[in-house]
Amino acid sequence: MAISTAEEVDLIRQSVRSLCEKFPEFYWRETDEKKQYPEEFIQTLTDEGWLSVLIPEEYGGAGLGMYEAGVILEEINRSGGNAGAGHAQMYTMGAILRHGNEDQKQRYLPKIASGELRLQAFGITEPTAGSDTTSIETTAEKRGDKYIVNGQKIWISRTEHSDLMLLLARTTPKEQVKKKTDGLSLFILDMKDQKANITIRPIDTMINHATTEVFFENTEIPAENLIGEEGKGFKQVLSGMNAERILIASESIGDGKYFIDKAVEYANERVVFNRPIGKNQGVQFPISEAYMDIEAAALMRDKAANLFDTGENCGPEANMSKYLSTEATWKAANAAMTTFGGYGFATEYNIERKFREARLFIVAPVTNNLVTSYVGQHVLGLPRSF
Amino acid sequence: MNIYVLLKKTFDTEEKINVSNGEIEDDGAEFIINPYDEYAVEEAINQRDAHGGEVTVVTVGDEDSEKQLRTALAMGADKAVLINTEDDLEEGDAFTTAKILEAYFEDKEADLILGGNVAIDEASGQVGPRLAEYLGIPYVTTITDLKIEGENVTIEKDVEGDVEIVETSLPLLVTCQQGLNEPRYPSLPGIMKAKKKPLEELEIDDLDLDEDDVAAKTKTIDIFLPPEKEAGRVLEGDASEQVQELVSILKNDEKVL
Ligand SMILES: Cc1cc2nc3c(=O)[nH]c(=O)nc-3n(C[C@H](O)[C@H](O)[C@H](O)COP(=O)(O)OP(=O)(O)OC[C@H]3O[C@@H](n4cnc5c(N)ncnc54)[C@H](O)[C@@H]3O)c2cc1C
Ligand SMILES: Cc1cc2nc3c(=O)[nH]c(=O)nc-3n(C[C@H](O)[C@H](O)[C@H](O)COP(=O)(O)OP(=O)(O)OC[C@H]3O[C@@H](n4cnc5c(N)ncnc54)[C@H](O)[C@@H]3O)c2cc1C
Repeated sequence: MAISTAEEVDLIRQSVRSLCEKFPEFYWRETDEKKQYPEEFIQTLTDEGWLSVLIPEEYGGAGLGMYEAGVILEEINRSGGNAGAGHAQMYTMGAILRHGNEDQKQRYLPKIASGELRLQAFGITEPTAGSDTTSIETTAEKRGDKYIVNGQKIWISRTEHSDLMLLLARTTPKEQVKKKTDGLSLFILDMKDQKANITIRPIDTMINHATTEVFFENTEIPAENLIGEEGKGFKQVLSGMNAERILIASESIGDGKYFIDKAVEYANERVVFNRPIGKNQGVQFPISEAYMDIEAAALMRDKAANLFDTGENCGPEANMSKYLSTEATWKAANAAMTTFGGYGFATEYNIERKFREARLFIVAPVTNNLVTSYVGQHVLGLPRSF
Repeated sequence: MNIYVLLKKTFDTEEKINVSNGEIEDDGAEFIINPYDEYAVEEAINQRDAHGGEVTVVTVGDEDSEKQLRTALAMGADKAVLINTEDDLEEGDAFTTAKILEAYFEDKEADLILGGNVAIDEASGQVGPRLAEYLGIPYVTTITDLKIEGENVTIEKDVEGDVEIVETSLPLLVTCQQGLNEPRYPSLPGIMKAKKKPLEELEIDDLDLDEDDVAAKTKTIDIFLPPEKEAGRVLEGDASEQVQELVSILKNDEKVL
């Protein structure tokens, strides 16, 4: 069960809705068009405490769970907005919370909770290691009381809007470890301090996601910024991924509900052939079908979040909820596009923008193919294909 | 300063009203803080922040009213009081509510009581003024600005679109009108703090009242929805023909002339 009562969850929902009303769809259309970071929105979310939802009260956060965090992100996306600009500030700190030492928690968590420090860049993916994380080639070599980082990351989002980066790098070459998942380590990199040793190049994409390529050249990380045990970074990343999957599922469900809301409204209003187009089952059924899928996916998301919040294993549920919600929402996105006819293409109607945005979650942060293979190999015990 | 807010839960403004057997169906309906009471909560919080003291939100309602009280606490009020009449009263009117509140305020030293201008459901606009009369304190309705300096109070009051400036003094009761302020919504720390704020529950018995003391003074004979709006009629012809037709309709069909 959620830490909050149903009433409190409802209050969270209503409050986030009220906040989002201050950022109507033309705000998002404009930031999208100009490829601008929605700074004002993120600052408001920060100031009103929403991004500190998962940080325990003793470190200045709200101390709530994945369930409440999911509700917040869902409402942002349902309003027509895009929580992707700020979601990582919520959960990236989970690595410090779960695997960091007390000194690291004291140093970082209160400042992340207040927004004084942004930790919303997470560097894993590399040009030659996308889905295959253990093949990353960025190295961190220990010299005295520092690690020296060299290598390259790609698709790292929000680096230009973050002070810190959670970085995964190889500390022992793959050839020298028994298991390929060993020898990877997780660090807190102070990007502001190391500005001179980092090059950031924005990637132009079909959505406004502030994603970049990052090059490290003798970038320094003090040894005390190693999270947990050296060489055990992969395991630590995995535990954070369940949180990420549940929250991505929530954003996707928010998108799905947005498409359903809009499609229902339009199908009731738009009259062609002397009747509302929603009267035609060719229009009505795809909306109803997508709605059913979204509601079912939301149940799986709720299950995953509740397992997470009670500290139980939620790997299968977190992955399945990410898959089910993104696929359901993609169906809803297409149903909305169909319903809007030509007007779905007009930027003024926002459907095309949300359509582009909703497509991302099928690919990132993990592709649905990889989720499917996880279920096959790890949940069902089928033979491994890689 | 001892500040009190009178708050009522009302139907969500988005809700469609259904009437059956002379009663409004409220099964499954969403409820909100009466929108005018939100101005009162906001103003109370602002006045407290400016002058110090405490804000107590009071409602006469049922168990479900707790939700609206919690919302007010999350906005920033300090305490909440639910006077639960669910088990004691079948029906009530503005008199009932004002009488109950009078009993509640008997032993309180309120400096300022704020309410909404009207509740959007029954729209009597009487609870505030009646309560002030019972308590023997001045009151000003439909206020759009409130300045307090010591005991002296300067108020801007909305009079059908014009502004009247009223000077008065504490203790005082005001009812709030749109334009007074921009009500906040709860922040996450606000919601977290509200969990720990006191919410006291009373019944009319605790206020030494009987059902008879507060029995409604009015009787509801019937409740019905306004007739559905029919399609309009577009008059044809040039201006003088249209005027003639209009006058004829008003005289002969509608019989209003
Ligand atoms: C907008 C955006 C933002 C991103 N932000 C971040 C970020 O902040 N941090 C970060 O680290 N990464 C980020 N990523 C990267 C993202 O996590 C990767 O794109 C994703 O993991 C897929 O990796 P890839 O693009 O290299 O695809 P590839 O691994 O090259 O895969 C290509 C296709 O092949 C399929 N495939 C590969 N292997 C198999 C297999 N064994 N079985 C079946 N199918 C397979 C995949 O499912 C996919 O469909 C972002 C990506 C995007 C687009
Ligand atoms: C980029 C672009 C370029 C275009 N270029 C041109 C052009 O050069 N010249 C031109 O004349 N037009 C042009 N169009 C307009 C295009 O032909 C129309 O958008 C299209 O015919 C659909 O009409 P509509 O957008 O009004 O949708 P609507 O007619 O409103 O339909 C909305 C939805 O309801 C469905 N629907 C409606 N009635 C029924 C029914 N009875 N049964 C089942 N489903 C129904 C439709 O299939 C659709 O999915 C263009 C449109 C776009 C987007």
